[in-house]
Amino acid sequence: MELTGAQIFLECLRKEGVEVVFGYPGGAIIDIYDQLPNYPFKHILVRHEQGAVHSADGYARATGNVGVSLVTSGPGATNAVTGIATAYMDSIPVVIFTGQVPTPLIGNDAFQEVDIVGITRPCTKHNYLVKDINELAYTVRQAFYLARSGRPGPVVVDLPKDLMQAKTEFIWPEDVSLRSYQPNLSPHIRQIKKVAELIANAERPVIYAGGGVVSAGAEEELTWLAKNLNIPVTATLMGLGAFPGNDPLWLGMLGMHGTYAANMAINNADLVLAIGARFDDRVTGKVDTFAAKATLVHIDIDPTSIQKNVAVHVPLVADCKSALSALKDVIEPTLEQNYSEDSHAVWVQQVKQWSEVHPLRYNKGSKFIKPQYVVEKVYEISNGDAIIATEVGQNQMWAAQFYKFKKSKSFLSSGGLGTMGYGLPAAIGAQMAFPDRLVVNIAGDGSIQMNIQELMTAVCNNLPVKIVILNNGYLGMVRQWQELFYKRNYCETCMDAQPDFVKLAEAYGAVGFRVTEEKDVTPVLTEAFALPKVCIIDVRVDPEENVYPMVPAGASLSDMLLV
Amino acid sequence: MRHTLSVMVENEPGVLSRVVGLFSGRGFNIESLNVAPTLEEGVSLMTITTIGDEQIIEQIVKQLRKLVTVIKVVDLTELKAVEREMVIIKINAEDAKRAEILRIVDIFRCKVIDVSIDELTIEVTGDHGKIEALINLLARFGIKEIARTGTVAMKRALQN
Repeated sequence: MELTGAQIFLECLRKEGVEVVFGYPGGAIIDIYDQLPNYPFKHILVRHEQGAVHSADGYARATGNVGVSLVTSGPGATNAVTGIATAYMDSIPVVIFTGQVPTPLIGNDAFQEVDIVGITRPCTKHNYLVKDINELAYTVRQAFYLARSGRPGPVVVDLPKDLMQAKTEFIWPEDVSLRSYQPNLSPHIRQIKKVAELIANAERPVIYAGGGVVSAGAEEELTWLAKNLNIPVTATLMGLGAFPGNDPLWLGMLGMHGTYAANMAINNADLVLAIGARFDDRVTGKVDTFAAKATLVHIDIDPTSIQKNVAVHVPLVADCKSALSALKDVIEPTLEQNYSEDSHAVWVQQVKQWSEVHPLRYNKGSKFIKPQYVVEKVYEISNGDAIIATEVGQNQMWAAQFYKFKKSKSFLSSGGLGTMGYGLPAAIGAQMAFPDRLVVNIAGDGSIQMNIQELMTAVCNNLPVKIVILNNGYLGMVRQWQELFYKRNYCETCMDAQPDFVKLAEAYGAVGFRVTEEKDVTPVLTEAFALPKVCIIDVRVDPEENVYPMVPAGASLSDMLLV
Repeated sequence: MRHTLSVMVENEPGVLSRVVGLFSGRGFNIESLNVAPTLEEGVSLMTITTIGDEQIIEQIVKQLRKLVTVIKVVDLTELKAVEREMVIIKINAEDAKRAEILRIVDIFRCKVIDVSIDELTIEVTGDHGKIEALINLLARFGIKEIARTGTVAMKRALQN
């Protein structure tokens, strides 16, 4: 039987096991929306296309499945670009379907036409303009395959309107094969043996884990390695939760706002195992001095990540899970012979001492509520079981520092692109996937306003996310830079003209709380977290609190500002 | 150092801009670029010459391989390769200089493809060194126009 392009498209989503689509209709995509009620998946109507992609991204990060969004052509598609770039920088599997003007009009500056394939070429893993209805099913199949395989990433598929109306036989391609795309998944066994040998001989080893561990689902293997060989673990922002944040071997995050212990451990290590991490400049600081005393092992699925920023001694191109389980297979039989319980005991002791001398701290007893205190309370009240989304800036760093992530896929944050306005829609995506879990967006007063309209999406879909605004009346992170490096020239970072967030919550049909005293933090958070409703908790925090430790951009990790 | 890369790609719309966009977006520089279909249907061959240190070239090659539409990338610089470029040069050639120019044309095995009262247009094929040498020699007569194809290259036969 012949189906229309719109029907074929939706059949494809069904075959891919899609459960939820985040989208926004428009003229060029209307034929798909016309058919949507006949299909079993849930559609979440967002209020802005950027929100659609961030929600799909949050859904993908929380579940590990591919997130899907559907937007119209032109402005719909360009609004989605920030979301696409966000997913690209953090290697998140999302597929974005954009409507396009009918094929005869393409290139004619038609109404709501934009070359979205051209625009998104540098920020997608791959993208397509479907030109023939007979290629539609195969293209959709490929898009999902590319998004989730190898190093995951966003894929855009542009769908001209006339193709959605045309008819053809629906043939579902069972297999996808691309001769030009063959990600290397299995590790080279000789390299694995070399790594095992390096670990056996190392005195001061450190594991530096990144988002690749999370996307490969290699948390168990990583934990096995660390615990059995007594190796301290640090992680990037993207790697938080890959190793339990309450384990004695956990050092905290490393890098610009990393812990003293993590950065000192990297600086003094004789072996650094970089696993699914890419030596981002926010992590390494000055590259020449990063882990200067260490032999560097780098496990990554993407060959371009290896040797890009830092020269490594042992490169290993493989999926993190396969690599770590191969490593386990090599090490396990010799565990008793090569390692004793006090392997690296002196080193671990040293690292612990660093943690004790300079733990993550903040000044208590101030007249202001400290933002770090609020994050600590979020951790305590949620028992560490919440999914935490963040916006970008100080709120993001305090969340990363003071919430101890016990489980993987529980921290949703725009790492690579640093997208303000990411948190709320991402929280919506996560809450959609896990209706029964507590989902908290830790926000700043600046960034929450970048996608505040998504409150309506949360309210009308009964997605009871909690938005904790660490409200300091500043674009705090930029203000911090101005204070430290620009002679306190607080140019345009003061945001004292603000909406009343409590009334704003109420206007959207959510519940608003305001907290101005420390003693109210716990009771209000407890009450809000128990409510099955969307809540904004506007916490007035110390306006001039800074994120410490801090490594100034481009400085060595050892040059930390600690106070 | 100058490197010649042979890049086999799927011949589909946008593939050239994917490759070129990769270079510009990452701050790599293209010296010359040549694209044409191969015998295999749907497959094109690009020859790209670029300049960079070892680390940059390694990144370029890896980034190219990462593109979904790129089938194969070979850095011909590491191999024995034959390289050719075709160049058309329009040159000032008054009577007094003409004989000398023609002698050079002969030595370099170029072809005269157009003549006028005070100009000669010649065609030359050769590797990078030969082309540069010829251009240097002819420069003093006054080159009016030049059109180059960019390098095309191929691995020599009988190599391991």
